[in-house]
Amino acid sequence: MSRQASGLKAWFVQRLSAVYLALFGSYLVVHLVIWHPLDHADFIAWMAAPLVAFGLLLFIPLLLVHAWVGVRDILIDYIKPIGLRLGLLSLIALLLLGSGLWAAKAVIVAQTLVATSGGMG
Amino acid sequence: MLMHNHPPSPLSPPRPVFLELWHIRLPLPGVVSILHRISGVLMVLAIPASAWALATAVASEAGFALVASRVSSGLFKFALVLLLWSFLHHLFAGLRYLLMDLGYAVNLPPARLTAFLALCAGLVATLVIAGVLL
Repeated sequence: MSRQASGLKAWFVQRLSAVYLALFGSYLVVHLVIWHPLDHADFIAWMAAPLVAFGLLLFIPLLLVHAWVGVRDILIDYIKPIGLRLGLLSLIALLLLGSGLWAAKAVIVAQTLVATSGGMG
Repeated sequence: MLMHNHPPSPLSPPRPVFLELWHIRLPLPGVVSILHRISGVLMVLAIPASAWALATAVASEAGFALVASRVSSGLFKFALVLLLWSFLHHLFAGLRYLLMDLGYAVNLPPARLTAFLALCAGLVATLVIAGVLL
Protein backbone atom coordinates (compact mmCIF):
# COMPACT_ATOMS: atom_id res chain seq x y z
CA MET A 1 0.00 0.00 0.00
CA SER A 2 1.23 3.46 -0.83
CA ARG A 3 2.62 5.74 1.84
CA GLN A 4 1.10 9.01 0.62
CA ALA A 5 -2.63 8.34 0.70
CA SER A 6 -3.20 5.07 2.42
CA GLY A 7 -4.71 5.45 5.86
CA LEU A 8 -5.79 2.67 8.15
CA LYS A 9 -9.33 2.85 6.76
CA ALA A 10 -8.37 1.96 3.18
CA TRP A 11 -6.04 -0.73 4.54
CA PHE A 12 -8.83 -2.27 6.59
CA VAL A 13 -11.49 -1.96 3.87
CA GLN A 14 -9.14 -3.68 1.41
CA ARG A 15 -8.70 -6.67 3.72
CA LEU A 16 -12.32 -6.93 4.77
CA SER A 17 -13.51 -6.87 1.15
CA ALA A 18 -10.74 -9.34 0.26
CA VAL A 19 -12.15 -11.95 2.65
CA TYR A 20 -15.64 -11.78 1.16
CA LEU A 21 -14.34 -11.63 -2.43
CA ALA A 22 -12.13 -14.67 -1.79
CA LEU A 23 -15.07 -16.69 -0.43
CA PHE A 24 -17.84 -15.70 -2.83
CA GLY A 25 -15.45 -15.36 -5.79
CA SER A 26 -14.22 -18.93 -5.24
CA TYR A 27 -17.83 -20.11 -5.08
CA LEU A 28 -18.60 -18.30 -8.36
CA VAL A 29 -15.55 -19.68 -10.18
CA VAL A 30 -15.97 -23.25 -8.97
CA HIS A 31 -19.74 -23.27 -9.49
CA LEU A 32 -19.66 -21.75 -12.98
CA VAL A 33 -16.80 -24.01 -14.12
CA ILE A 34 -18.32 -27.24 -12.79
CA TRP A 35 -21.94 -26.44 -13.56
CA HIS A 36 -21.20 -24.76 -16.89
CA PRO A 37 -24.75 -23.37 -17.40
CA LEU A 38 -26.10 -24.34 -20.82
CA ASP A 39 -29.49 -22.75 -20.69
CA HIS A 40 -30.84 -19.22 -20.20
CA ALA A 41 -33.70 -20.39 -17.95
CA ASP A 42 -31.35 -22.35 -15.67
CA PHE A 43 -28.93 -19.44 -15.53
CA ILE A 44 -31.47 -16.82 -14.44
CA ALA A 45 -33.12 -19.28 -12.03
CA TRP A 46 -29.73 -19.72 -10.33
CA MET A 47 -29.09 -15.96 -10.27
CA ALA A 48 -32.54 -15.22 -8.88
CA ALA A 49 -32.21 -17.68 -6.00
CA PRO A 50 -32.30 -15.49 -2.86
CA LEU A 51 -28.87 -16.44 -1.48
CA VAL A 52 -27.13 -16.10 -4.85
CA ALA A 53 -28.83 -12.79 -5.66
CA PHE A 54 -27.98 -11.42 -2.22
CA GLY A 55 -24.43 -12.74 -2.52
CA LEU A 56 -24.02 -11.07 -5.91
CA LEU A 57 -25.51 -7.76 -4.79
CA LEU A 58 -23.03 -7.73 -1.90
CA PHE A 59 -20.20 -8.92 -4.16
CA ILE A 60 -20.56 -6.03 -6.64
CA PRO A 61 -19.92 -3.02 -4.34
CA LEU A 62 -17.18 -4.89 -2.42
CA LEU A 63 -15.47 -5.75 -5.72
CA LEU A 64 -15.69 -2.12 -6.83
CA VAL A 65 -14.22 -0.83 -3.56
CA HIS A 66 -11.44 -3.45 -3.62
CA ALA A 67 -10.64 -2.64 -7.27
CA TRP A 68 -10.69 1.08 -6.52
CA VAL A 69 -8.28 0.91 -3.57
CA GLY A 70 -5.95 -1.40 -5.51
CA VAL A 71 -5.91 0.68 -8.69
CA ARG A 72 -5.46 3.88 -6.70
CA ASP A 73 -2.41 2.43 -4.92
CA ILE A 74 -0.91 1.34 -8.23
CA LEU A 75 -1.53 4.69 -9.96
CA ILE A 76 -0.08 6.58 -6.96
CA ASP A 77 3.04 4.40 -7.19
CA TYR A 78 3.66 4.52 -10.94
CA ILE A 79 1.95 7.63 -12.37
CA LYS A 80 3.67 10.70 -11.02
CA PRO A 81 2.21 13.59 -13.14
CA ILE A 82 -0.77 14.63 -11.06
CA GLY A 83 -3.02 15.55 -13.99
CA LEU A 84 -2.56 12.21 -15.74
CA ARG A 85 -3.04 10.37 -12.44
CA LEU A 86 -6.29 12.19 -11.66
CA GLY A 87 -7.51 11.69 -15.23
CA LEU A 88 -6.89 7.93 -15.06
CA LEU A 89 -8.45 7.73 -11.59
CA SER A 90 -11.58 9.51 -12.84
CA LEU A 91 -11.79 7.24 -15.88
CA ILE A 92 -11.46 4.10 -13.73
CA ALA A 93 -14.01 5.42 -11.23
CA LEU A 94 -16.57 6.00 -14.00
CA LEU A 95 -15.87 2.59 -15.59
CA LEU A 96 -16.19 0.81 -12.25
CA LEU A 97 -19.35 2.64 -11.23
CA GLY A 98 -21.01 2.11 -14.61
CA SER A 99 -20.09 -1.57 -14.71
CA GLY A 100 -21.27 -2.10 -11.14
CA LEU A 101 -24.67 -0.52 -11.76
CA TRP A 102 -25.00 -2.51 -14.99
CA ALA A 103 -24.21 -5.78 -13.22
CA ALA A 104 -26.52 -5.01 -10.28
CA LYS A 105 -29.31 -4.25 -12.75
CA ALA A 106 -28.71 -7.67 -14.35
CA VAL A 107 -29.32 -9.33 -10.96
CA ILE A 108 -32.61 -7.43 -10.59
CA VAL A 109 -33.61 -8.27 -14.19
CA ALA A 110 -33.00 -11.97 -13.52
CA GLN A 111 -35.30 -11.82 -10.49
CA THR A 112 -38.02 -10.03 -12.47
CA LEU A 113 -37.77 -12.52 -15.35
CA VAL A 114 -38.03 -15.50 -13.01
CA ALA A 115 -40.92 -13.93 -11.09
CA THR A 116 -42.91 -13.16 -14.23
CA SER A 117 -42.22 -16.50 -15.94
CA GLY A 118 -44.06 -18.23 -13.09
CA GLY A 119 -41.64 -19.96 -10.75
CA MET A 120 -38.72 -21.40 -12.68
CA GLY A 121 -36.49 -23.88 -10.88
CA MET B 1 10.79 10.43 -15.52
CA LEU B 2 9.83 8.57 -12.39
CA MET B 3 11.85 10.41 -9.82
CA HIS B 4 12.41 13.95 -11.07
CA ASN B 5 9.25 15.63 -9.81
CA HIS B 6 9.63 14.36 -6.28
CA PRO B 7 9.52 17.56 -4.23
CA PRO B 8 12.43 17.95 -1.83
CA SER B 9 10.98 17.51 1.63
CA PRO B 10 12.42 16.97 5.08
CA LEU B 11 9.96 14.09 5.49
CA SER B 12 11.07 12.22 2.38
CA PRO B 13 14.79 12.81 1.80
CA PRO B 14 15.99 12.04 -1.73
CA ARG B 15 16.72 8.35 -2.15
CA PRO B 16 19.37 6.78 -4.33
CA VAL B 17 17.98 5.77 -7.69
CA PHE B 18 19.20 2.49 -9.15
CA LEU B 19 17.30 1.62 -12.27
CA GLU B 20 19.70 -0.67 -14.12
CA LEU B 21 17.07 -3.31 -14.60
CA TRP B 22 19.53 -5.90 -15.96
CA HIS B 23 21.43 -5.76 -12.66
CA ILE B 24 18.34 -6.09 -10.47
CA ARG B 25 17.19 -9.62 -9.77
CA LEU B 26 13.74 -9.58 -8.27
CA PRO B 27 13.51 -12.07 -5.38
CA LEU B 28 10.62 -14.55 -5.31
CA PRO B 29 8.43 -12.58 -2.86
CA GLY B 30 8.91 -9.60 -5.21
CA VAL B 31 7.79 -11.70 -8.19
CA VAL B 32 4.66 -12.78 -6.32
CA SER B 33 4.03 -9.16 -5.32
CA ILE B 34 4.30 -7.71 -8.83
CA LEU B 35 2.15 -10.56 -10.21
CA HIS B 36 -0.40 -9.73 -7.49
CA ARG B 37 -0.58 -6.23 -8.95
CA ILE B 38 -0.59 -7.35 -12.59
CA SER B 39 -3.32 -9.94 -11.96
CA GLY B 40 -5.37 -7.31 -10.12
CA VAL B 41 -5.08 -4.86 -13.03
CA LEU B 42 -6.04 -7.61 -15.52
CA MET B 43 -9.18 -8.36 -13.51
CA VAL B 44 -10.07 -4.67 -13.21
CA LEU B 45 -9.74 -4.33 -16.98
CA ALA B 46 -12.12 -7.29 -17.36
CA ILE B 47 -14.82 -5.72 -15.17
CA PRO B 48 -16.64 -3.76 -17.94
CA ALA B 49 -16.61 -6.81 -20.26
CA SER B 50 -17.87 -9.00 -17.41
CA ALA B 51 -20.71 -6.57 -16.70
CA TRP B 52 -21.62 -6.66 -20.41
CA ALA B 53 -21.50 -10.48 -20.46
CA LEU B 54 -23.64 -10.75 -17.33
CA ALA B 55 -26.26 -8.24 -18.50
CA THR B 56 -26.42 -9.77 -22.00
CA ALA B 57 -26.63 -13.37 -20.76
CA VAL B 58 -29.45 -12.43 -18.38
CA ALA B 59 -31.45 -10.26 -20.78
CA SER B 60 -32.68 -12.92 -23.23
CA GLU B 61 -32.13 -16.42 -24.60
CA ALA B 62 -30.47 -14.90 -27.67
CA GLY B 63 -28.18 -12.87 -25.41
CA PHE B 64 -27.28 -15.98 -23.41
CA ALA B 65 -26.50 -17.85 -26.65
CA LEU B 66 -24.34 -14.93 -27.83
CA VAL B 67 -22.28 -14.87 -24.62
CA ALA B 68 -21.99 -18.67 -24.61
CA SER B 69 -20.68 -18.68 -28.19
CA ARG B 70 -18.23 -15.84 -27.47
CA VAL B 71 -16.91 -17.60 -24.36
CA SER B 72 -16.22 -20.82 -26.27
CA SER B 73 -14.27 -19.12 -29.08
CA GLY B 74 -10.48 -19.59 -29.12
CA LEU B 75 -9.34 -16.08 -28.28
CA PHE B 76 -11.83 -15.75 -25.45
CA LYS B 77 -10.79 -19.09 -24.02
CA PHE B 78 -7.25 -17.78 -23.80
CA ALA B 79 -8.53 -14.60 -22.12
CA LEU B 80 -10.63 -16.67 -19.72
CA VAL B 81 -7.67 -18.85 -18.72
CA LEU B 82 -5.59 -15.71 -18.19
CA LEU B 83 -8.36 -14.26 -16.00
CA LEU B 84 -8.69 -17.58 -14.17
CA TRP B 85 -4.96 -17.49 -13.39
CA SER B 86 -5.31 -13.83 -12.37
CA PHE B 87 -8.05 -14.69 -9.90
CA LEU B 88 -6.24 -17.72 -8.47
CA HIS B 89 -2.84 -16.03 -8.17
CA HIS B 90 -4.49 -12.97 -6.62
CA LEU B 91 -6.36 -15.27 -4.23
CA PHE B 92 -3.33 -17.25 -3.03
CA ALA B 93 -0.98 -14.26 -2.92
CA GLY B 94 -3.72 -12.33 -1.09
CA LEU B 95 -4.17 -15.12 1.47
CA ARG B 96 -0.41 -14.98 1.99
CA TYR B 97 -0.61 -11.23 2.67
CA LEU B 98 -3.48 -11.76 5.11
CA LEU B 99 -1.38 -14.36 6.95
CA MET B 100 1.54 -11.93 7.05
CA ASP B 101 -0.77 -9.19 8.40
CA LEU B 102 -1.63 -11.61 11.19
CA GLY B 103 2.08 -11.99 11.89
CA TYR B 104 2.79 -15.35 10.24
CA ALA B 105 5.63 -16.07 7.79
CA VAL B 106 7.08 -12.57 8.08
CA ASN B 107 10.75 -13.58 8.33
CA LEU B 108 12.66 -14.12 5.11
CA PRO B 109 12.93 -17.94 4.90
CA PRO B 110 9.21 -18.64 5.52
CA ALA B 111 8.30 -15.60 3.39
CA ARG B 112 10.27 -17.14 0.51
CA LEU B 113 8.62 -20.50 1.06
CA THR B 114 5.06 -19.10 1.14
CA ALA B 115 5.82 -16.96 -1.94
CA PHE B 116 6.88 -20.13 -3.76
CA LEU B 117 3.77 -21.97 -2.53
CA ALA B 118 1.42 -19.14 -3.58
CA LEU B 119 2.99 -18.97 -7.04
CA CYS B 120 2.73 -22.75 -7.52
CA ALA B 121 -0.79 -22.97 -6.10
CA GLY B 122 -2.01 -20.33 -8.55
CA LEU B 123 -0.44 -22.10 -11.53
CA VAL B 124 -1.49 -25.63 -10.52
CA ALA B 125 -5.07 -24.61 -9.70
CA THR B 126 -5.27 -22.79 -13.05
CA LEU B 127 -4.15 -25.93 -14.90
CA VAL B 128 -6.61 -28.13 -12.98
CA ILE B 129 -9.62 -25.84 -13.43
CA ALA B 130 -8.74 -24.99 -17.04
CA GLY B 131 -8.52 -28.74 -17.64
CA VAL B 132 -12.12 -29.09 -16.45
CA LEU B 133 -13.16 -26.00 -18.41
CA LEU B 134 -11.64 -26.78 -21.81
